[in-house]
Amino acid sequence: MAEAAASAMDISDEVAIQISGMHKWYGDFHVLKDINLTVNRGERIVICGPSGSGKSTMIRCINRLEEHQQGSIVVDGIELTNDLKNIDSIRREVGMCFQHFNLFPHLTILENCVLAPIWVRKTPRKEAEETAMHFLEKVKIPEQALKYPGQLSGGQQQRVAIARSLCMNPRIMLFDEPTSALDPEMISEVLDTMIDLAESGMTMLCVTHEMGFARKVANRVIFMDGGEIIEQNEPEEFFNNPRSERTQLFLSQILAH
Amino acid sequence: MSDIAYVKTELSPTLPPPPNAAGPMKWLKDNLFSTWYEAIGTVVASAILIYLFMSIVDWAFVTSVWEASSFEDCLERYTGHPVGACWGFVDARFNQFMFGPYPTDSYWRPIIVGILLVAGLLPIMFEQIPGRKIAAPLMLGIFPWLSVALLHGPIEMTTLDSGLGIGVTALLFVLGIALGLYGRKNFNPGQTMIGFGVAYCIGVMYFLAWGLGLETIATNKYGGFMLTLILSAVGIGVSLPLGIVLALGRRASNMPLIQMLCIGFIELVRAVPLITILFMAQFMLPLFLPEGVDFDNLVRALVGVSLFSSAYMAEVVRGGLQAIPKGQFEAADALGLNYSMSMRLIILPQALKIVIPNIVSTFIGLFKDTTLVSIIGLLDLLLTMKQAITSTKWLGMEHTGYIFVGLIYLVCCFGMSRYSIYLEKKLHTGHKR
Ligand SMILES: Nc1ncnc2c1ncn2[C@@H]1O[C@H](COP(=O)(O)OP(=O)(O)OP(=O)(O)O)[C@@H](O)[C@H]1O
Ligand SMILES: [Mg+2]
Repeated sequence: MAEAAASAMDISDEVAIQISGMHKWYGDFHVLKDINLTVNRGERIVICGPSGSGKSTMIRCINRLEEHQQGSIVVDGIELTNDLKNIDSIRREVGMCFQHFNLFPHLTILENCVLAPIWVRKTPRKEAEETAMHFLEKVKIPEQALKYPGQLSGGQQQRVAIARSLCMNPRIMLFDEPTSALDPEMISEVLDTMIDLAESGMTMLCVTHEMGFARKVANRVIFMDGGEIIEQNEPEEFFNNPRSERTQLFLSQILAH
Repeated sequence: MSDIAYVKTELSPTLPPPPNAAGPMKWLKDNLFSTWYEAIGTVVASAILIYLFMSIVDWAFVTSVWEASSFEDCLERYTGHPVGACWGFVDARFNQFMFGPYPTDSYWRPIIVGILLVAGLLPIMFEQIPGRKIAAPLMLGIFPWLSVALLHGPIEMTTLDSGLGIGVTALLFVLGIALGLYGRKNFNPGQTMIGFGVAYCIGVMYFLAWGLGLETIATNKYGGFMLTLILSAVGIGVSLPLGIVLALGRRASNMPLIQMLCIGFIELVRAVPLITILFMAQFMLPLFLPEGVDFDNLVRALVGVSLFSSAYMAEVVRGGLQAIPKGQFEAADALGLNYSMSMRLIILPQALKIVIPNIVSTFIGLFKDTTLVSIIGLLDLLLTMKQAITSTKWLGMEHTGYIFVGLIYLVCCFGMSRYSIYLEKKLHTGHKR
């Protein structure tokens, strides 16, 4: 069902993210080498690759959590420069979920969700709370709204984190290994939420090693190694017919057990 | 083989603990009398405690003298029994301990300030008391100046003596209001703040010059507990915000100049004893200031004490900032919060909460360190007491006097410490991970 839905989801010609010739160094260490990537609106991209290959660094460059030193990144028609105004307006449109959720522990779930809309978008509190409850219902935890993050399970916290991002009404969502800090029985609840999100037509970039998820929702899988994009393809082709040796090795390792 | 197969078919019932595992007897036996040597220890320690307690009660309440007009009323020769505390002395000099040489018929002025301080702080400190939203801005924006006016009366402002000065300040005031209103109309918070800020400062200047039309009481007439409270209240009020700013400045690696300035200030001030800073403020400041510009002695002490504790506060706050995981900063950034929002709403609330015990320790240290101002000739509580016990009318009052002063410090510091524990409990939002 999800597959049928996924293939039915349309990808527009409009470009959401355009990365060209992007390089990044940490000190002397060349982390990202000549990254070129165009993401159209509505695309769902899964990024995988061995540890340390620069996956996190790449998607964190998209909302300027990391700074790139060469090349260009254009998000929603706005180029990322040192101009704080540009950075702020891009961050408003790009939501992000982290491996360790990063909820604000001193605020309730509801306050976590309404904070950014109220302060950044200047939404009236009442309206922001309604939106927040709407998204908390979508991720199926409206009854936890008044609890603190520390009182929730990992899976619930990650779903709150997704809802918190959605409250800003982003046009693009980035996920950095959203399920890898979770116990197995919680992974599926988070993945279900992400599948729902994909079906709603959200542009998504997702670093994950959940290959089932990739097959189900991704329209493109990107393999990174050593700071480079080594291979990208449609999921079926990518998994059944990997072209590069490094991809074959990687796939054989993660599918071995 | 099949021996290891086992299926639990019934749920185990929940039972109350057995009788010997709870109750006061159990506690006594476990904690005080579990072995024979522990029993001996318990008995000896109890005996010492009881003896100490009885001596204190005897000294403070049984053999003490409550009314006295001079030290002779507290002599054994006069009372006919050995005398403990001479509370009559404290009673006779009580006003002096509270207000120092402040004019007697103006005591109502510091008393009103004290009442306003308590009334303003209570709703801010305790959620159960309503009115925090009103009290906080009043305490920040109005109370300090109102207190200055009440305590001191009008302050001479040379700027406002000439027609030119009045004209310029009035013009600035009007321009400030205009800029503020203009900024507000255009949703420009920077303009609004600068405009209204200028107008506010000039308003404060005029208000201080007017001083409620009261009689001027120079700061060399301040003393006793009142002076101690002024020093610590100003020190606390300045050092927390200034410490936060310095701590943030010290971490601002993208602004190296500001960072260096903050580091320099913090390290310099922390490397020097408070007494030295007070002496410097006393004797060195005039060397650097242009001739004619002179600060009041009390103001110098206030500046010295505030700067000194700000440096310590900065490091305390930095410790808290250091403890916040990087993910919190990133999540705030990713949601589009700007620097000031993410600090104000996300980082500082968490960082300050972590260091509440250290902040309060700094406050307590500051409160006690105010006794050092006696060295530059300010009559704080301790010096007032020292002067009182050296008067010939009250010979031999050291015990009573110093214990009284000690008690005041104890009550204040213990109060702060309890409040910090209350705050920690209140702000605890469950489970740390
Ligand atoms: N702040 C930093 N300073 C220096 N080097 C860094 C920093 N952050 C990451 N690196 C290095 O950059 C490389 C890429 O890191 P990145 O976190 O992007 O990898 P990743 O593909 O996300 O790996 P993982 O699957 O383990 O999350 C790694 O070799 C890492 O050691
Ligand atoms: Mg990573």
